[in-house]
Amino acid sequence: MFLKNKSSALTAVTLLAGFLFLFIGVYRGESIIVFEKAVNICLECIGIG
Amino acid sequence: MVNNKKSNDNFRHIIQVLWTLVTNAYIIGFIRGKIYQGKIKNVCVPGLNCYSCPGAVASCPIGALQAVIGSYEYKFSFYIAGFFIIIGTFMGRFVCGYLCPFGLFQDLLNKIPLRFKVSTFKFDKILRYFKYLVLIVFVVLMPIFITDIIGQGFPWFCKLICPAGTLEGGVPLVLLNDAMRSTVGLLFGWKFFILIAVIILSVIIYRPFCKYVCPLGAIYSLFNPISAFKYSINTDKCINCKMCAQVCKMGCNPVENPNSLECIRCGKCRSICPEEAIEYTFFNERKKI
Ligand code: SF4
Ligand code: SF4
Ligand code: SF4
Repeated sequence: MFLKNKSSALTAVTLLAGFLFLFIGVYRGESIIVFEKAVNICLECIGIG
Repeated sequence: MVNNKKSNDNFRHIIQVLWTLVTNAYIIGFIRGKIYQGKIKNVCVPGLNCYSCPGAVASCPIGALQAVIGSYEYKFSFYIAGFFIIIGTFMGRFVCGYLCPFGLFQDLLNKIPLRFKVSTFKFDKILRYFKYLVLIVFVVLMPIFITDIIGQGFPWFCKLICPAGTLEGGVPLVLLNDAMRSTVGLLFGWKFFILIAVIILSVIIYRPFCKYVCPLGAIYSLFNPISAFKYSINTDKCINCKMCAQVCKMGCNPVENPNSLECIRCGKCRSICPEEAIEYTFFNERKKI
């Protein structure tokens, strides 16, 4: 039971950290960089840049 | 039991195909040789799905990671790290089994009948670590440190290796877009060669790219032991017949380690088990088979 709670707690903490990171990233404007990269054809991806 | 295994595989393939269609639903892109430029591209899909694919409606997380840490403003990406932590914590490499178009592509190639299929070979185990090296060197270190004069790095994994980019973005765009076609050179030849090698190897070996090269699989693998979705062995039921280990195409032995870093949660072992001893839990809640 103790182990079960411990691993659930770890999952919860990790998830929380994940969401925190995500929000910090959005706040810092990282999603804009992703967007700008993704809406223009990436020459590196297709092998000509 | 064989039927059970088949129906599980068919169900999985249906999910894989549906997911691939939904996340690449920009049909106009394929007709016009252009890519989608709408708002959804702010977010990533969990699998390796190139954002330069004409149909892609969202972003590739490995491409996105390189874009952020290669930019002159940031050398760490909270946004993508957070995304990996959330997806990884929920499901680990379940993404590989169900939600990655490039995984589906290799699955289908491996169905091509061939007299000699290779399940394992001498350096199989050690080569599995190569994907972590690819992640560290090509996805993280090179984009951060090899930059131009303004500090802008390049997505080296996309540029030099990624066969998913060549397949999903390169081939359709070069075929459909005259301007792209005229700029094809040595680099495209190199990436095309890698894609052909992956295709040939995928017929012989099950998912060679996932096993040895994919940096995204490498990231999710680290979450397998701690993710909310997990496998466990009911030792009261298991008769140690080893059928699960024999059927696993990723080379895992679920009895020894039900949450191996290599397990893509395809479920083959669960459906072949005569005692239904492999169970899965979600947030530690045991699910009935
Ligand atoms: S080339 Fe590969 S890693 Fe890069 S964005 Fe495309 S699919 Fe992702
Ligand atoms: S290992 Fe990579 S290519 Fe393979 S299924 Fe997972 S994310 Fe996709
Ligand atoms: S251990 Fe089971 S679920 Fe995991 S890859 Fe092997 S057969 Fe698939």
